[in-house]
Amino acid sequence: MAWKDERTTMVVKTTKEVIKKPQKRRGLSLTVNGRVHDLKVGTEPDQVDPAHTLAHTLRETLGLTGTKVSCDHGACGCCTVLMDGKAILSCMTLTVECDGKQITTIEGLGDPKTGKMDPLQQAFIDHTAFQCGFCTPGAIMSAKALLHENPSPTEEEVKEGLSGNFCRCISQYHVVKAVLAASKEVR
Amino acid sequence: MANSYRYIGKATPRRDAVDIVTGGARFLNDIKMLNMLHGKVLRSPHAHALIKRIDKSKALQLQGVEAVLTWEDVPDWKGGTPRYTRILDRKVRYVGDAVALVAATTEEIAKEALHLIDVEYEVLPAVLEMEEALRPDAPQLYDEFPGNVVTPGFPFFGPKSLKEVVMGDTDKGFREADVIAEGTFAYENIPNPLPPEPPGAIALWEEPNKLTLRVSNQASYMDKITLFHVTGKKVEVRSIGGPCGGSFGSKFMSWQVQCYAALLSRATGKPVKLIFTKEEHLAVFTMRPASRMNARVGMKKDGTVTAISGTWLIDTGYYSMTTQSQVAVGCGEVQIAVRCPNWDLKPVIVCTNRNASGIVRGYGGQELKCILIPILSVAMEKLGIDPFEFLKKNFVKPGDGYFWRDGIWYTYRGVDFSKAMDQGAELFGWKEKWMGWLKPTAVNGAKRRGVGVGVHGNADIGEDASEAYVRLHPDGTAMLFSCVTEHGTGQRSNYIKMVAEVLQIPLENVSVTPSDSLINPYEFGPAGSRGTYAIGSAVIAAAEDARRKLLELIAPMLQADPGDLETVDGVIFVKGHPEKKIPWRAMSIDRTVTGYGRFEPDYTLTNCMMSFVEVEVDTETGKVTLLRVVNATDAGQIIDPPGLEGQMNGCLGSGGIDSALFEETILDRSSGHILNANLIDYKWRTFSELPPIDNVVLETPIPSHRFHAVGVGEVATSPGPVAVLMAVSNAIGLWLHEYPATPDRVLKALGKVPAESRKGGVA
Repeated sequence: MAWKDERTTMVVKTTKEVIKKPQKRRGLSLTVNGRVHDLKVGTEPDQVDPAHTLAHTLRETLGLTGTKVSCDHGACGCCTVLMDGKAILSCMTLTVECDGKQITTIEGLGDPKTGKMDPLQQAFIDHTAFQCGFCTPGAIMSAKALLHENPSPTEEEVKEGLSGNFCRCISQYHVVKAVLAASKEVR
Repeated sequence: MANSYRYIGKATPRRDAVDIVTGGARFLNDIKMLNMLHGKVLRSPHAHALIKRIDKSKALQLQGVEAVLTWEDVPDWKGGTPRYTRILDRKVRYVGDAVALVAATTEEIAKEALHLIDVEYEVLPAVLEMEEALRPDAPQLYDEFPGNVVTPGFPFFGPKSLKEVVMGDTDKGFREADVIAEGTFAYENIPNPLPPEPPGAIALWEEPNKLTLRVSNQASYMDKITLFHVTGKKVEVRSIGGPCGGSFGSKFMSWQVQCYAALLSRATGKPVKLIFTKEEHLAVFTMRPASRMNARVGMKKDGTVTAISGTWLIDTGYYSMTTQSQVAVGCGEVQIAVRCPNWDLKPVIVCTNRNASGIVRGYGGQELKCILIPILSVAMEKLGIDPFEFLKKNFVKPGDGYFWRDGIWYTYRGVDFSKAMDQGAELFGWKEKWMGWLKPTAVNGAKRRGVGVGVHGNADIGEDASEAYVRLHPDGTAMLFSCVTEHGTGQRSNYIKMVAEVLQIPLENVSVTPSDSLINPYEFGPAGSRGTYAIGSAVIAAAEDARRKLLELIAPMLQADPGDLETVDGVIFVKGHPEKKIPWRAMSIDRTVTGYGRFEPDYTLTNCMMSFVEVEVDTETGKVTLLRVVNATDAGQIIDPPGLEGQMNGCLGSGGIDSALFEETILDRSSGHILNANLIDYKWRTFSELPPIDNVVLETPIPSHRFHAVGVGEVATSPGPVAVLMAVSNAIGLWLHEYPATPDRVLKALGKVPAESRKGGVA
């Protein structure tokens, strides 16, 4: 449910109470790549419309265009981001459901202090694990979640973990090698 | 093979690698402009109808809507070959045809406005099947195409543009044959190349006639050229390309979406972004042409083909922009794959009321081979000929020739690909696995294995012109000016390698300009497999020209002849006297040196790809599993090993091998609706279903450019589908005549389910 958060809950007992009680802020707090964003709910360009997906908010409202939208239908995995460490499809998630969540996108994968890339990103470069590169952010985020849950996956487990990621150039073979290499490095 | 090159043939990181893995690569939809509006298209629910009336008043009243355009509001911009397809027309010709365009401040408002446009249609009878479209009483799509037959020939290829393969004497050829086979095979599952990034455009119109387009295309310069012609040569177009999220040929013709954005910008005075949804991508953007052929082939016992005659029907959907070109190239390619002195092969391009066909990797040749090789296979079966030996014997050899797309005969001057084919066969274990026609390689209960082989070659590696500049700077760096867009093949990085190799400077000292038509010279783009030889030649020539000019400039300072000078790492020295040296900065800090290179088309070379596949068919469920693929080619010289491997692995996707296994666009032939226009119902291969692929790449120096390389990327998809059909037929012991080999088709062939036609019904 989108509106369970107490700050936005409008289900109150009497009309009187609604008038009396100063209305709480209609908004939500989203932590993206370690940075807190307090967002208002509404239809203005800088606000979160209740119909907005997380992918839309990340790309259009926060300007984080590294997250890609391809099918916009939960089938291709291009829009994968991490929510509290788990891979989710940001095109199938309403932003208003994400209050208080920690989101990590492809832009937030590197070390913010040193600017160094995540070992997964480096492994994707070292193994040329992309061709057109459009599905790459989603593939890296899925792989990140996989390695978080299973730091030493087998080849089969890597394939299973990425089975929701569409790649049309057929870079999958190189992606599997890159993820396995990154898992060895992290170990 | 070891080489002495500093960069060529070595794996080096792609120049755009960091951007791609960090999310920094700015694809088309990642670009925002000040005051930018969003465009949407209202689409026809009918396969064929006249628009009686459109009421857009309600849509215009919606706050945030800035323009609503219908056929009555737009100039007479036309596409198609010949140009008969109006950008918005009073007549709609397929389910999804554009009826109105909306620009609004947000995408949501634009979408809402579509619902407020009231359209009254007069529904016309539609035709959704090629042979029905050719009947005298069939509904007519265009007054200009009587009988729904598209005008043959492609003007861009010149007055003799190849329209058919007719030569020799087929009657004589059939008399000489030991066996004659006849049959009808079809490859009409119209797979979609389906890059992840949908088609789109951002347009900014400036009065009176200036248009700046942000495009996502493999060939961004060509958008300028195409739009110039579509707009009746009245608009001055600048096209700016960026990273392209896959194309596989398809986005080469993005004129419609670009025109929609341009017209909306013209109407509003603001930049307009219009990006197709994935549903639009699958249901209204171009897909592979559908092909069907009834043909007769004559063959001798030794595998010599004596005659080929037949009618090749090509369904181009509701219009054709490039289908004549695909037919011309396909007709050329078939002669490269099959030596035969007597031909009478007549293509007929047909319009039907479905979404249009367009450019897809394989470009005519894949379509034609997918239906001709099965008929040749029937003859081979009668004579007990091994298809591997047949395809090897009949592939073009030095001294052979072919009529290419321009209708001119060319004599092939490249290498003999037999060695690559032999090595592929050996790695695959063809000799051990081939049991004869319609015989399984192995049987294990209900599961039967079979093998197949296919081949493809294309003389497009030297097609069309390319130009480039290379500018040298006093600080020892160089800049390549080329309108090549990065669409996944890594070619922008490969050209950097070529420039660095010619100039002997560090890779990081070479940069390449944005693919902007305003600053770069003419570039046809990396279409087909022309990237390595055609574009590469222009780039190399520009670098060599710049180097020559630099050495001529410096020679007097070293009191030497320019021919005696060498340059390495930004230092020029006298050969054999490295102490007599001077850095590039001696050219003076207020000077640059620019070289120019041009490639003129050359159709005397071709590439080659042979694919071997092994499948397992479950005769209980009908499921076909691809067990293994081996691809074999000779690239002359590998430029970038991982890039080439990626291209060859691409044999599965983008309407390739998987178009013989499960990929298909399902068209309801009673209503004209596409039933699987989303990424759940359109089947695609997942990570967990990857078969082992082995790629054999030989490096026999090919007389192309100074690195002796040719491109092979495009053709990877093409030999596989026919090999799969052959392998499945061999596994089950029965000929399959249609693609893809879905469980229902396999079970029907086996007589396990009733064999009623799929036509007209929901799959």
